[in-house]
Amino acid sequence: MIGLPHYILLGSVLFSIGLFGVLSRRNAVAVLMSVELMLNAVNINFVAANKFIASDAAVGQLLAIFVIVVAACEIAVGLALIIAVYRQRRSVDLSDFNLLKW
Amino acid sequence: MYDLIIVNAWLIPLLPFVAFAVISLFFHRWPGISAGISIFSIAFSFLLATGIARVVFSQPGGAVYEFTTRWLDISGLQVDMGLLLDPLSALMLLVVTSIAALVQIYSLGYMKDDPGFASYYAYQSLFAASMLGLVIANNFGQMFVFWELVGICSYFLIGFWFGRDSAKNAAIKAFVTNRVGDFGFLLGILFLQILFGTLNFAGLAEALPGYANAAILIPVAILLFTGPMGKSAMFPLHVWLPDAMEGPTPVSALIHAATMVAAGVYLVARAFFIFSSVPEAMTVIAFVGGFTALFAATIALVQNDIKRILAYSTLSQLGYMMMAMGIGAMTAGMFHLTTHAFFKSLLFLGAGSVIHAMAGEQDIWKMGNLHKKMPVTTWTFIIGALALSGIPPLSGFWSKDEILLGAFASGHYGLYILGAFVAFLTAFYMFRLIFVAFFGKNQAGEKAHESPGVMTVPLIILAAAAVLVGFVNSPFMHHIFGTFISHPAGIQPHSSNMIMVSSALIALAGIAMAWLIYQKEAINHLVMRSKFKNIYELLLNKYYIDEIYERMGSILVYGGARVMYWIDIHIVNGFVDLTARLTGKSGDTLKYTEDGQVQSYAMYMAVGVLILIVLATMAAVSVIV
Repeated sequence: MIGLPHYILLGSVLFSIGLFGVLSRRNAVAVLMSVELMLNAVNINFVAANKFIASDAAVGQLLAIFVIVVAACEIAVGLALIIAVYRQRRSVDLSDFNLLKW
Repeated sequence: MYDLIIVNAWLIPLLPFVAFAVISLFFHRWPGISAGISIFSIAFSFLLATGIARVVFSQPGGAVYEFTTRWLDISGLQVDMGLLLDPLSALMLLVVTSIAALVQIYSLGYMKDDPGFASYYAYQSLFAASMLGLVIANNFGQMFVFWELVGICSYFLIGFWFGRDSAKNAAIKAFVTNRVGDFGFLLGILFLQILFGTLNFAGLAEALPGYANAAILIPVAILLFTGPMGKSAMFPLHVWLPDAMEGPTPVSALIHAATMVAAGVYLVARAFFIFSSVPEAMTVIAFVGGFTALFAATIALVQNDIKRILAYSTLSQLGYMMMAMGIGAMTAGMFHLTTHAFFKSLLFLGAGSVIHAMAGEQDIWKMGNLHKKMPVTTWTFIIGALALSGIPPLSGFWSKDEILLGAFASGHYGLYILGAFVAFLTAFYMFRLIFVAFFGKNQAGEKAHESPGVMTVPLIILAAAAVLVGFVNSPFMHHIFGTFISHPAGIQPHSSNMIMVSSALIALAGIAMAWLIYQKEAINHLVMRSKFKNIYELLLNKYYIDEIYERMGSILVYGGARVMYWIDIHIVNGFVDLTARLTGKSGDTLKYTEDGQVQSYAMYMAVGVLILIVLATMAAVSVIV
């Protein structure tokens, strides 16, 4: 029987993979993709919690859809930033962008 | 109902104070008016003082009037101020007002044409007000305030010719030395307030006999005595008084011979009920006084400056008075204070007359033969010197005899012999001064001229007083002084012919010796000087006390400064430097975390969140467990 722990575990694994990607990928596009992964991990948590815990059926689903919308906006803004930076620096490698150091 | 004059006693210190205020506010550019206001106010105070004395001394044993008003009332502390009119204060009022009035009249001549004439009279008035306030205070707190005021007046007047470095330094020295004594005095007063809850003389006298913890009174009494030690220039705080002679001579006469320096003796008499209940303090007073008397008299033997001889003589006589207080002869001490005030101010004013005539010359060896040109000054000076030496029937004889008698009768034979020896020295150095300065072979005195009437008339009045005041405590007037000024704990021995004759003979011996050496020159003083070169040098240099103080001072000050410098450099600066260095170092180290890599920041954030999660989990687990 698949219960809430399984969903939570899946969400955690996805979130950790996403976090690892955000912290370790040098490519900015890959970092954005990893952020998507983390957002989706959260979505799984919302939906699962809605199914197993909440009495009102709609709140978790709504939040998941809301997150998808925000993620779409975020990816649009993020990609636009990456393109703008690329035009300046001819690179999407995050380790090249260190002007704000000591 | 009190006598009208008694209820208006507060006018006595107030009048000179008003004179001071009026002169310094309005008339400092009109010397003549300033002097007039000042002399008028002190003369009026003198009249009031005689009126009060008449009322107080009209009853056998003397009447006592006290007026008190509450000055400060906060929870746990009540401060009163008030007036106390008893024989002791009435006597002091008379002495202070009469001598102050005469000195101010004399100053008309002495200070003539001085650019600071008006401010001189302002200070004189302020001093008179402070001194009179001190005398009629009925509690220690009020007395201390006026005590400090006379101190500051003394400072102003010593440094009156502040253009001279020596005067400036002498003023500072007097002030600082007095501060040492006053510090102890203030501590003593605070102790009294803590122990008894009152500073009123009558209140303390009432509370004292029943006080259980007598041991603590010993340090309190000795602390109280440090005030008089500073003000009356007792060894080892005597150093300021000889230097105070830098002030104008009338100031030396009034403040540094007759009145202010006697305030210490007056305080001991006023607080006699405290001191007499602490035998240890009495012993200290007696020996400090006796030692000062001898110590200063020996220095006076070899001084060459006319004012310094008189200054050391004053020190010596103050020591005499203190010694009298210490052996319990309070009546004799106050009596000597009174007679001394008259003949010593006479001597100082006489010296001032000489200095005035000699255009500022103070070295007795550069005078000589003054008696031809200055007969009034010479003869009044001789009367003063005879009184000081204790030649009967002049005033000094009666009072000095009384002290010696007290020492003998109370069994202090050592102090008796010391006192007798000091009497011999006193007669000797005074007549050394007279034979050299007034009858010496040096013809420099021929150029001198007699001083004007405003100066000689006070001299004549004081000379008359120096002859006459002694009789008030002589057998001829049945020792009437002693019936007013006395204390149950004090001693009042019956006069003894043996002591009287011997003290007169001792004084005569001193005069004879001075005559042999300095007039007849049977003994050449220069030969004596070279024979006892070491002693002579020691005395001439005042036992090197100033040098010792200077050495001690520089060791203390420079040593202290060096220690403070080290602390400042190594500890205070070190601490500040350490803070700065720590901040800098930590910044240097931590700046590398700020590497500009957005992923590093995300990493730190993630680690932080992780730590929070771990902590929260641990907290949750511990709650469950």
